[in-house]
Amino acid sequence: MSANILTNVVDALPQFDGYVYPNERTLHPLWSVLIVVYPYITGLVAGAFIMASLVRVFKVKALEPIYRLALLTALAFLLCATLPLLFHLGHPERCFEIMMTPHFSSPMAMFGFVYAWYLMAVLLLELWFDYRRDFVEWSKTQTGLRGIIYRAFTLGVTDISGPALSLDAKMGRIISIVGIPSAILLHGYVGFIFGSIKANPWWGNALMPVIFILSAVVSGMALCVFAYMFLCWARRITADMRCLDLMISFLFYALVLDAAIEGLDWLHRLYSAEEGIDVLKYVAASKLFYTLLIGQACLGTLVPFLLLGTMQLIRKKVGELNRRRVYFSSTALILIGVLAMRWNVVIGGQLFSKSLRGFMSYKMEFAGHEGWWLSLALLILPFLILTAFIKYFLATDLPTLENVVPGAPPPAGSRPAQA
Amino acid sequence: MSENITRRAVLKNLAAIAGGILAMPAARTCKAGVQNVLASSNAPAGYDPFQHKWLMAFDVDRCIGCGLCVEACCEENAVPEGHWRTWIERYVIKKPEAGSGKTRGETVVDSPDGGKEGFPRLLIPKEEILKSFFVPKMCNLCEHSPCTQVCPVGATFDAPDGAVLVDKSYCIGCGFCIQACPYGCRFLNPETHTADKCSLCYHRITRGLKPACVEICPSQARIFGDLKNPAPGLENDPLQQFIAKNKVEELKPSLGTGPRLAYAGLDEVVR
Repeated sequence: MSANILTNVVDALPQFDGYVYPNERTLHPLWSVLIVVYPYITGLVAGAFIMASLVRVFKVKALEPIYRLALLTALAFLLCATLPLLFHLGHPERCFEIMMTPHFSSPMAMFGFVYAWYLMAVLLLELWFDYRRDFVEWSKTQTGLRGIIYRAFTLGVTDISGPALSLDAKMGRIISIVGIPSAILLHGYVGFIFGSIKANPWWGNALMPVIFILSAVVSGMALCVFAYMFLCWARRITADMRCLDLMISFLFYALVLDAAIEGLDWLHRLYSAEEGIDVLKYVAASKLFYTLLIGQACLGTLVPFLLLGTMQLIRKKVGELNRRRVYFSSTALILIGVLAMRWNVVIGGQLFSKSLRGFMSYKMEFAGHEGWWLSLALLILPFLILTAFIKYFLATDLPTLENVVPGAPPPAGSRPAQA
Repeated sequence: MSENITRRAVLKNLAAIAGGILAMPAARTCKAGVQNVLASSNAPAGYDPFQHKWLMAFDVDRCIGCGLCVEACCEENAVPEGHWRTWIERYVIKKPEAGSGKTRGETVVDSPDGGKEGFPRLLIPKEEILKSFFVPKMCNLCEHSPCTQVCPVGATFDAPDGAVLVDKSYCIGCGFCIQACPYGCRFLNPETHTADKCSLCYHRITRGLKPACVEICPSQARIFGDLKNPAPGLENDPLQQFIAKNKVEELKPSLGTGPRLAYAGLDEVVR
């Protein structure tokens, strides 16, 4: 009886407009804010890795101060990437079935493998090769918990002779080269999870993986700039402006590409005007007015585009402090804009009925596993992990560390060029 | 710490561990394959799914929207409140406004409580209505079912006899299949936390009974049959006869899911 009353109440709620399939009349969308956080975090991983690989693969020397920070950022976020999914599952205890008995035609099953590959074969291995020499040296000088950690991470390999180090550098570069397509694959698959759903005209789209990859690169690069500037502020040191300017240039061009492809997507949708375009237009213009038009398009794309574009043109005429202010606020806006983009894709795709005759609304809950506090916690967690990483692996009081002062040249022997 | 641990040795060990982990899915897949062959569904022993091909057809003009099929389905399958394995939609197409140059006006669709209690009196005045009809909906038994395609663990599968089933002891409850179904036929069962849908009353049809909705329909709007075992002489089989005598169509054919449900008397506004 009480369930009956609940059903009637749900029916009477103004959250449904027009005709919605009976099974779509649920209190909140099936994939709620947790699934918004999931592609966001994964995208940050992919983007931060691309930033790091600019140093290793493309030998952009000016970016060396942020190489390790970018890799550690990628790792901190990657460790949290599957948590939102896990919390969302009806049966989280069965999650390993995705990898143990995968169904190969499912994008979600393949994501499990790509994730595992990326974490274990790319990121951890690259970090290990990069840090090996430092681990060996720190393990000799550090005591206590730190000493134990560094000794454990050497994995027992203590050979830091010249040839061994040059092999490390070579391996690091090879893994980086393999890592770029892996990072793209990682996030492309997330896009494909949505792009493969042909039942949903908002999602089912060949451009979806491309859009996800590009916005991932943008958000990850913005996160690197953000983290670097924050770290410099926290350590009361001046950021390396050459590195910062270059990062911002890359970020700007990535943003232009991303905005162009997303614009192309909308242009195509509007021009071809297939079945359901009226529904999509309504969702975009009214249901997602604040997150799509204001959040994603204006604040997240247009404003940073104008700010960073201006900086590209008149960089030399603007003082360093003002430049840093513009960079910091632009990257913060971009990070919010990409989060809004994830919201628009995930939630936007569930604000209309697949009957294309009605609309749903979504009011976020506070508590519960679909509540926003859990998502917020999952967004904060990687930053806490990153803080721990910085404390242990980018600490200023560690000897022979190339990042003692951001911008300092790496110590001799750490790269083959200097060996 | 011994100096003779080389990177080569460490990498070898790591590779061995990774190899072991990678080999496990293959082993588990083999095991699952064997289990699949030997597993029992809720079909009785001796039921061979390869000897049947079940299909449902709808005579839209016969449906009176009484809701008995919905009620019977919910009773038979203990469908949780607020969710539906089958439901009825009422379509009301209004007359076009005078001088609008259109053949029809606005289409209003409703399905209060899935049509379980029948339908309330229409609020639209009679003289404004061009035509109105009921459409029963359920799993479309797709040939290329998108729900099966996207399931990450293979918990939902196409049975050889045409039913699309969910193994609730295996489903991880990710909801991917629910998103992938274009017809809104699936839901997340709030009691089992797994995907749920019409099973064609698999426990009944494998014992020679008809699905509950077909059994109870007072107007014979639902026609159910076995394409591999028609009644002797094709002309005696109700399903074959129905297909032969009517122009039938499917829902959302453009999506390429190959829905097998056959509807006769469908209007273009039905989605």
